[in-house]
Amino acid sequence: MAKLVLRRLVQMLLIMVVASLLLFAIFDTPEFKKRLAIQELGGFAVSALSEESYNQWLAEKGLDVPFYQRYANWIGNILTGNLGYSYEKATPVAPLLLDRLANTGILAFFVFALMIPISLLLGVLAGMKEGSFQDRAISFFSVFTTSIPEIATAILLTVIFALGLQWFPVKSAMIGGFQFDQLILPVLTLVLYDFGYVARMTRASMAEVMTSQYIRTAILKGLPYKRVIMKHALRNALIAPFTIIVLQLNWLLSGVVVVEVFFEYDGFGKLLLEAALFPDVEVVQACTLVAVAVAVLSQLISDIGYTFLNPRIRFA
Amino acid sequence: MAVSESVAAPTLIERLSAPKPAIVLLLLMWAPLTFYVMFGANQFVLLPAIPATILLYGVAFYNFRESTTAIIGLTLVFFWLLMAVSAPYLPLLDPNKPIAPFALPFSEKRDIFFWLGTDFKGRDMLSRMIWGCQRVIVWGVTATFVAYVVGTLFGLIAGYLSGWWDEIISFLANVLLSFPVMVLFIVILNYLGPSGFNIVVAVTFASAPAIMRIVRGLTLDIKTRDYVYAAQTRGEHPFYIMIIELLPNVRGPIIVDACLRLGYTTVAITTLTFLGLGLQPPDPDWGLMIREAAKTAMLWKFSYMLLVPALSVSTLILGFNLMADGLREMSLRD
Repeated sequence: MAKLVLRRLVQMLLIMVVASLLLFAIFDTPEFKKRLAIQELGGFAVSALSEESYNQWLAEKGLDVPFYQRYANWIGNILTGNLGYSYEKATPVAPLLLDRLANTGILAFFVFALMIPISLLLGVLAGMKEGSFQDRAISFFSVFTTSIPEIATAILLTVIFALGLQWFPVKSAMIGGFQFDQLILPVLTLVLYDFGYVARMTRASMAEVMTSQYIRTAILKGLPYKRVIMKHALRNALIAPFTIIVLQLNWLLSGVVVVEVFFEYDGFGKLLLEAALFPDVEVVQACTLVAVAVAVLSQLISDIGYTFLNPRIRFA
Repeated sequence: MAVSESVAAPTLIERLSAPKPAIVLLLLMWAPLTFYVMFGANQFVLLPAIPATILLYGVAFYNFRESTTAIIGLTLVFFWLLMAVSAPYLPLLDPNKPIAPFALPFSEKRDIFFWLGTDFKGRDMLSRMIWGCQRVIVWGVTATFVAYVVGTLFGLIAGYLSGWWDEIISFLANVLLSFPVMVLFIVILNYLGPSGFNIVVAVTFASAPAIMRIVRGLTLDIKTRDYVYAAQTRGEHPFYIMIIELLPNVRGPIIVDACLRLGYTTVAITTLTFLGLGLQPPDPDWGLMIREAAKTAMLWKFSYMLLVPALSVSTLILGFNLMADGLREMSLRD
């Protein structure tokens, strides 16, 4: 067990190093630096940038030292908690990012709090009797909701519940402090998009367990059906969905961008997009690195958790 | 749709279902559309594509007739394909010409009847909806195709040559897969700048690692077969074995995956355009329609401006997903 965790940790570290190197290198090419210099010095007039002023700008920004030196510097800064400086918002990145991550964290908490029970319940109900009416109805519903892209789900929910029935506000900018009713539509959008996949995986896992020998034995020896499901089937059927739910964190970081931009919710995704459109390089780099770290960490947790929950592969 | 005329001649359909005629039909539909959308070719190039699309629908319908799911998906996808190839020949208003702002659906303004109303600039929604599918379909399919070429090539190399090749390619794939997809798109398009060609690059980086993993797994399984050993004994070059012996045999399982991935790519392009990182105005596109409407028309009265593109993109993606489901169902039955 310890050996496996150690190997995974090393792998994760390697991936982080290469990802950060890639991230640093693509924003370090001469063309990109020139684009930034033009934007900062000469507005949109390309002719305003002479060779001399460009070199001066490089020196000012500390960009004239060799690549590896700056990379080492950048990594060192990040490890000590200095994530850089936002040129657009004129603040250090770290507190800004922390604030936005907290907002996205609130969103993600409610998404998971709603998605996990719904998808597990529907998945178990569908997988209990394969091919029955409830199975087909639930399967169709989950394929249908997963097929509709998040942007379309967001639009449908907004049109129905915010514009039509006027139950909830249209935007979730949280201008007057935290308001719970502004959180409902973004959370619903993400849940509707995400739950189908987890439900289908739970269904597949449950259906497989239900055909196994020990379930047949339990039924044949006359145990009540409810007890067979609750005591015997669920324990094994919920191992696979666990890893998938943890991996949903990775998907959520993708989905959150669209939803946050559409509902104008001040979270991580909106920050990343605003920085990318500006372009505010240090913010983009910091956001991406955090996203990769979260994704890799969730992968690690899901791997270790799976080994822990499933004794059959523990020593493999 | 034009089902009846193509189903009326089953012998013709059967003859067209053979691989070679089907591929010719596919090219006849695809090449004109690509030239028209990407390189601005004259609209006359689309003339042969219209009958080709209808025939291809007949062929696909005939081959998928066992699965209702696949038929529904097929119909949705081919509806939009037919709209894409015939858009210049349909009696539509100019999608970029402002006529009468904020005309509601099913209303008349300036003696013109608007089925789906007009947007905030006064452009006809119906014609924008139909023209809008062209760019999404062309760029979506091109991007998916390029991602498949790259992913399959690396997958074959990693699976067949194994050793260090496998280690390096798999590690790079893991690195790329550790980026959340949307974050990867944003970083790449931020660096390259927003345009159709750059979307192809971004989709390739995001999808190719997953495709490579699938192809690598299949290759590892297939390369122990006798015909591969025979080719090795004959002294064939590894690339010959990969392309001639291995590639045709990994084709089957990846077709289902390709249908699903086409859906993902379509979503990605629409979403990126909505975010302002994808296709650029003024030409009509569903993502752009959503982007513009989300800024201006957040009222119940004007919600059709949001609903029309949202429902259009949903039907196209639902079509791809149902097609994939049906194909998987059919492959399991065999």
